[in-house]
Order: sequence, then structure tokens, then C-alpha cells
Amino acid sequence: MSFDRPKFRHPNQTKNAAGFSKQDYEGAMSTLCAGCGHDSATSGIIQACFELGIEPHRVAKISGIGCSSKTPAYFLSKSHGFNSVHGRMPSVATGANMANRDLLYIGISGDGDTASIGMGQFAHSLRRNLNLNYICMNNGCYGLTKGQDSATTDKGSSGKRGVPNPYTSIDLCELAIELGASYVARGFSGDKKQLVPLIKGAFAHSGLAFIDIISPCVTFNNTSTSTKSYEYVREHIEATNTFDFIPLQQEILAEYDEGTSQVVTMHDGSKIHLHKSDSTKSITDRLIAVNNLESEKAKGRLLTGLLYVNQEIRETHDIINSTHRPLNSLTEKDLCPGNAALQKINESLR
Amino acid sequence: MTKIESINDFVVRFANVNGSGSASANNLFAKAIFRAGVPVSPKNIFPSNIQGLPTWYEVRINERGFLGRRGGVDMAVAVNGQTLNKDYQDLLPGGYFIYDSSKDLPDDFLRDDITVMGIPFTMLCNDEFKNPKLRQLLKNIIYVGALAFLLDMDFSILTDSITKQFQKKPKLAEPNIKALELGYNYANEHYSDACKLSIRPSDSVGDGILLDGNSAIGLGAVYAGATVSGWYPITPSTSVVEAFDRYSKKFRVEEDTGRYKVAIIQAEDELAAIGIVIGAAWNGARAFTATSGPGISLMGEFLGLAYFAEIPVVLVNIQRAGPSTGMPTRTQQADVLSCAYASHGDTKNVLLFPCDPKECFEFSADAFDLAERLQTPIIIMSDLDLGMNDHLCDPLEWDDKRLYDRGKVLSTEDLDNLKEKWGRYLDVDGDGICYRTYPGTHPTKGAYFTRGTSHNEYSAYTEESSTYLAGMERLMVKWDTAKSLIPTPRIKMRDPENGVGVIFYGTTTHSTYEAISRFSKKGLKINSLRIRSFPFQREVVDFINSHNTIFIIEQNRDAQLRTLLMAEDSISPAKMQSILNYDGLPITANFITNKINNLLAADEQLVAEGKGGVA
Repeated sequence: MSFDRPKFRHPNQTKNAAGFSKQDYEGAMSTLCAGCGHDSATSGIIQACFELGIEPHRVAKISGIGCSSKTPAYFLSKSHGFNSVHGRMPSVATGANMANRDLLYIGISGDGDTASIGMGQFAHSLRRNLNLNYICMNNGCYGLTKGQDSATTDKGSSGKRGVPNPYTSIDLCELAIELGASYVARGFSGDKKQLVPLIKGAFAHSGLAFIDIISPCVTFNNTSTSTKSYEYVREHIEATNTFDFIPLQQEILAEYDEGTSQVVTMHDGSKIHLHKSDSTKSITDRLIAVNNLESEKAKGRLLTGLLYVNQEIRETHDIINSTHRPLNSLTEKDLCPGNAALQKINESLR
Repeated sequence: MTKIESINDFVVRFANVNGSGSASANNLFAKAIFRAGVPVSPKNIFPSNIQGLPTWYEVRINERGFLGRRGGVDMAVAVNGQTLNKDYQDLLPGGYFIYDSSKDLPDDFLRDDITVMGIPFTMLCNDEFKNPKLRQLLKNIIYVGALAFLLDMDFSILTDSITKQFQKKPKLAEPNIKALELGYNYANEHYSDACKLSIRPSDSVGDGILLDGNSAIGLGAVYAGATVSGWYPITPSTSVVEAFDRYSKKFRVEEDTGRYKVAIIQAEDELAAIGIVIGAAWNGARAFTATSGPGISLMGEFLGLAYFAEIPVVLVNIQRAGPSTGMPTRTQQADVLSCAYASHGDTKNVLLFPCDPKECFEFSADAFDLAERLQTPIIIMSDLDLGMNDHLCDPLEWDDKRLYDRGKVLSTEDLDNLKEKWGRYLDVDGDGICYRTYPGTHPTKGAYFTRGTSHNEYSAYTEESSTYLAGMERLMVKWDTAKSLIPTPRIKMRDPENGVGVIFYGTTTHSTYEAISRFSKKGLKINSLRIRSFPFQREVVDFINSHNTIFIIEQNRDAQLRTLLMAEDSISPAKMQSILNYDGLPITANFITNKINNLLAADEQLVAEGKGGVA
């Protein structure tokens, strides 16, 4: 079942530059377990959309199957959503994006959906650098089927079932960087302050932006022996750097001392200011980015934040040289060569 | 020995080695006959291999236009040592065996009922040409030259074709023409009166064209305004999207930017291919993919989603011989059931069965209108024979006034003018087809959540049984609506009094018509119905009901279309007798004729013995 959220709101609630209130970005009531990390992730998406003044109906939400994939029902109810097939969000998003490049695409997936059944599609959407905001809500277990280990469950970690996972886990961020991703970040659903700018940066990015959100499962994987519990993550989290996301056309208010920040300019002109003062990790070098992840892992720490950005890689439409116009807006006049051309073809076949 | 004698009605079979450059020489031969105005259809019988294995090229020539396979070979051009014995044995009595006499025939080649003509292709070639790479290719051209003499062909058609082919490289035309002459002259000197087969210029071809079905489907998709294709290479479907790509590069270039008005994505597998199509179609683009049997299996889950969430999908299935990997380069019509009911749960898909390239073009274009009108997958059921071989057909036509039927889609204005609450799955018109919206259309109206889980009329998730049932039943209303929109069968009532009728579809058509004409000549006028689509319409059931015996001719083992008739229209199995060819090669007129003869004889026997019989 899905339930509508109560419509009543404070009459003086604030509106963003585009004239929308927070409510315009909300969805139906969540039916996930109380305290589910995914609901915080959802609220991060809502906050990012609100702050950027995105027109809700110009967003398309596409998901696979699983707890995470249910969340598109819980944000942006004025956007079209598509809850597709297990592990196949990337291909549906690819088709949708090919049909209309003018919308903002949010792809929602989970660790089962991405790291197991959907590994192939995950890899190839990265390879093609599809202009998609690929958000993986990663809780290290299969929630809807009651708590089985997933491919991102850390070795030795155990959830409610109490059996330590004997297999090596897959680090989706590391893999994404290796597969040619152009924007890779990791957030924690319990740290909205860090998460919202990560999502905003992703939206400004042209190409595939992958965000791995560690999002604890309160029902099956929030145990003292799990490495994806709220407590464990809070204790072991490490951030690459803190940063400000400054959308295009917005005045830069903060003052940055020379040498203390690194600026990454996104395709749409937005800027990401990385504060070097609290960290020295470079995020524009692929080799270093992978090393950062590995070295923190070796210390038993979980690296979060913006992990890697490359603004040089072309997105799919530019790779295949397709028109700037949305393909779904083209008509007979644009598309049909007509009978005269057909008669010439006939002639060549005689 | 009586030699086979015929003008414009015979079968020539070339036996070659894959990858030896024989294809262009063989094409040259077939095209020359076509350009002489004589109906011709060449068929490649090739291995799943790039180089080294045996391959055959069978050319059917028939003045009256019967261009399905006939069965039997009248003339063999045997230039593959690996299959020499088989090619020799397979030749019909009275036939002609042409071989490369640079090497002697083995001693046990002792048939005295055929005409054997040795021509030293290799020696002629090596004496004349120095370039070793050219030698290999020109050896093939030499036999075409020899055939030109033996079959009384107009030599200038061949030289003109060569000149045209090498327009941009005239230096290459020269040795090719020389090779033609070598063969021609050798045959003239040694076999001046040996062959009783000949090609006589005719006007039977008319304004016909020679085209393969896959190119026709790809072209049809361009004309239909398809803009997105996700695909994965699989024989024999690959050339569908390759043709779509080729024609798009020609016709879909944006003048001011040089960018393409199309997005073709080679996917990582068939699952992604159909996922791309579903995503694009959901978002308002016309999208399609092409595959073969194994791909259909892989697409199963997604097809169920498209059926249940009601998303227009155009899927082209170029069938090959299964099961499993089967015979990937051989033909069959064995995916009828797997496509009709593709996916888990109660699903049914609309199928279209083209029989020639012109129909491939038309059905390809129509499929997009049907998919968007019916908001469901439409599967075009072609096969390797139709898809990968050139077929003679009427010229393609396009009505420039034709507009795409985008189906029931609400625009911004429509949404603004709506009086009642809109529901994605609300059957407003009673035809089972609901109104949809594209993402991004309206700031506040028309957004919905598409899902493969059960949903109510407003697309909200529900597990309420009555709502689920109502949805499933509405899909059956839509299924009935489909019957009024899809192509109707082609019925030929040759004798309304005759109780025998045949039913067939796709590439089985041509050989069947030839078999029927043979019976007509003998006075038995068999009625026929060519199925062009599924679900079956009233006409199909009426045709069956108005005959005592129905022969269903198919190219699969399990009589799949017959099963579908039993399942969907409760036709009694006793009434439908099967004629089934599933050896991987296109069905022949001889095979069908023999089977019908046997079935009729068995039936007469039953009647004579007083045990009933149905005819």
C-alpha cells in the first residue's frame, strides 16, 4: 500500500528561488521500517532538490527492485517514477535518458540490486558515462527477503542472523572509479550535512554520478557485529574533505584563503570548493582516489565524501553524437525520409 | 541419360568454402539473372564460422515467381573439396555437375546419370593472374563466366554489373572481366552443347526489387520514426540494427549540427537491450530492439513488465534453429510459443508474421503504431531465411501523408482541460487502452509511478484481489481490441466446395503456394489462409470451421502455431494435421507436396476402410 502524506503545512513555510516549498519535493509516506537509513537518504534527495530549485516535474526517478528501490515513491511525487526490474535500473534509465536528455535522472538502487544481480548494468552504465545520478542505498543486506548477506556485506560482519559473512565484500566506489566513472562519492545516511552537497554536486555533474550511501538496515543489519550499523559507521567514518557546493549564478559568499581550497568547476558552471585545511586528499587523480579508499580501509576506516571527479569524460549523448533536442520531441518531419527517398532506395535494389 | 531441360526454371547450387570470397561471385550470378528480368531467389546455407567450413549458395530461378525452395538441385558448382562427394551425390538425375578439374575427380565418382563438366578454375586463374590474393577471388568469377555461357546468359549484364561494382576502382574491374571471359571461353570451347538449362530474358521481375528482410525491417524503423535502439549482437538478427544504423546515418543527420536524430546503444546483453527500449518508450520515444531465440528467453522478465505496466515495445525476432544455442545459422519458426507467451504469469504478446521483405518493411513501420496504440509489446516474427537472404518483392512504398499514431498520450493542454481525475490505468473509452503521459509534460498533473507490481487504476500499489482481477480482465479487453487493429489473414478460396484448407505463415508461404499450384494443376484446388498476426481473428476460426481438414504447415518440431490455435481458439486438435519441417533448412515445395499427398492418401484409405476420415 502507499499512503499520502498529510497536506497540512505551516502557511509561511520558506520557498526556494524557483518558488517551490519543501513540500513540493515530498512524496508518499514511507512504508519502510521506522528508522530506516533509506528514509534519511530520501530526505537528503528532497533537501538537495529544494536547495537547487529543481522543477519537480523535470525529474525522472527510476529504480530497480528492493527496499531502496521503493523510495522513489517517497520523494518528488510530481515527477514520473519507474520501479522497474531487479538489477536493471541502469538500462531503463539509459533508454529514458536517450529519449529525452533534458530531464534530470535520479536512479535509485541498492546493494543487492547493484552489486549482485545488476553488476553488469552498473558497470556498463559507468562505462558509457550515462548522464544519470546513480544513488545506491547500501545497507549490506537483503532487506525485503529478510536479511540475507549481500555482496557489500563486509567479510566477518554479521547481522541479525548471527552468521559472519565468509566472503570478500565489493567496494562499489572503488569499482566505479576503476570502471571509468566521472563522479564518485560516498555518504552516510546519518550525516545529512555531508550528504546533501554530495547529491547537489552529482546533479550539477554531466555524466554518471555515483553515490554510495551507507544506509543502515535497522531491522536486519544494525547489530553490534555488523559493519553497516549506525554505531559502527559513526565510529569508523573518515571524510576526504569537507566542501561547499556553489550552484551556477549563485554568489560566492564564503571567503577562501588562497591555497586552502581546491575548486572543481562542473559542466553547468557550478563549483565545488574543497576545503584543503581539514584534509589533503586529492580527488581528481584516479590512482590516488583508489589509493585513498584502500589506505583508509587498511586502517579499518570507511572513507566518505567526494572521492573522485573527472570533468573531461563525455557523457553518452556526446559519445554517440546525438542531437541536443530531446529525441521524444521529434516528429514525422524530422524523422521520416519520405517516399521520394524510398524510390531511390528501390532503384538501388534493382 | 535424359538431361534436365528447362528455360528459366531450375536450381543451381554452389558449394564453397566459407571466407573464400565466393559470396560476391555468387551474388553477381543471382543479380545477373534478376537483371535479365527472371525471378530469382538466392539462399545462403552457411555455418556458424568465419573461415574454412563448407557453405552453400542455392539459387532458385522460376519464371512464374515461385521462389521458395523447391527441393533438389539441377546444377551443382562444386568448388569445395570437403563436400565434393555429397554435392555429387545430391544432384538430381539428369543434372549438371561442374567442378574444378585442376585436380581429377576421385575414382569412385561413377554416376552415369549426370553431365559432368570439369573446368580447371585454379589452373586458368594461376596462368592468368599473378597476385595470389586476387587469384582466390577471381577463381570464383571464372565459374560465373562459365555459367554465363552454359546458361546462355547475356554476357553484357555481367560485365555491366562488374563495371558498376568497381565504379570507384576501375583497375579492379579489368581483371574481373578478364576472369569472366576466361570461364566463358573455356566453357564455349569444351562444352558448347552440353547444357540444356538456360536463362531467357523476361519481364517477369517487373519493377520488383531484391532485398533482405533484415534491411527492410531496419529501414521500416527509420520510416516509422524510431529514435532509440538498444541491441546486442546475435545471429541472425544483427543486420536489422546494422541496417537501422546505416539508414539513420544517411537520413537522420541534423543539418545544422551534424548530430544524429537517433540513439543506438550496443548494450551489454539482451536484458539491457530490452531495458533500454522500455525506458525510452516509457519516456515517449519510439524504440525497438532485434534479437533471436536465446535473446527472447533473456528478455522474458522485462517483457512481462512491459505487458503489465503497458509500455510500447517493438521487438524483432529473427528466428533461428533451437533449442539452446541450436543451429545459430540455420532457419526455423520455433519461437512462436515462447514469444506469444513470453514472461512469467499470464502474459500474451501480439505477434506479426511477415513473409517477404516488403511486408517486413510494412510490419516494421506498423509495429510502432500498434505498440503505441495498444501500449504493449509487439513482436515481429521473421526468421533467418527471410532476414538474411535476398528476396524478390514488390517495390517499397511510403504514403507521405501518413502520420505516426502515437496512441493515447495526454499533452500539457489535455491535462489542463481534464475534468475528471486522471488515472494511468483508467479505461475511459472501454477498449481496454488507457491514457498515458510522458515524464516532464506538466508541472503539477499527470505524474505517476510506473510499476510491475499490481496497481490500481491510478497506478498506486495494491494487493487488493478485486483490483488486481479488474486489471487483468481489462488487459483481456485490450487483447480483443488488438484483433481489430493488427493485420488480417490472407485467404485464398480456390474452391469453396473443397473441404481441404492449409494454414501457414512467414517464410513457409512461398513453397506452400508452389505446392498448392501443383495440386491445382491436377485439379485439386486447395484453399489457403496465411496467418499474418496473433491474436487470431474471427477470419481464422471461420476458415477452419468451414473446412473438414486443415493442414498446418510450419517450420518447427512441435507444431507451435497449431498449439496456439488449440489454446486460444479451442480448435479441435483432430481437425488440424501438421506438416512440419525443422531440419534447419528452408522448407521446400517438394516436401509440402509429398506430405499433403501422403496425408490425403491416408485419409482416403480411412474412408475406403469405412473408418471415417475427415476429408
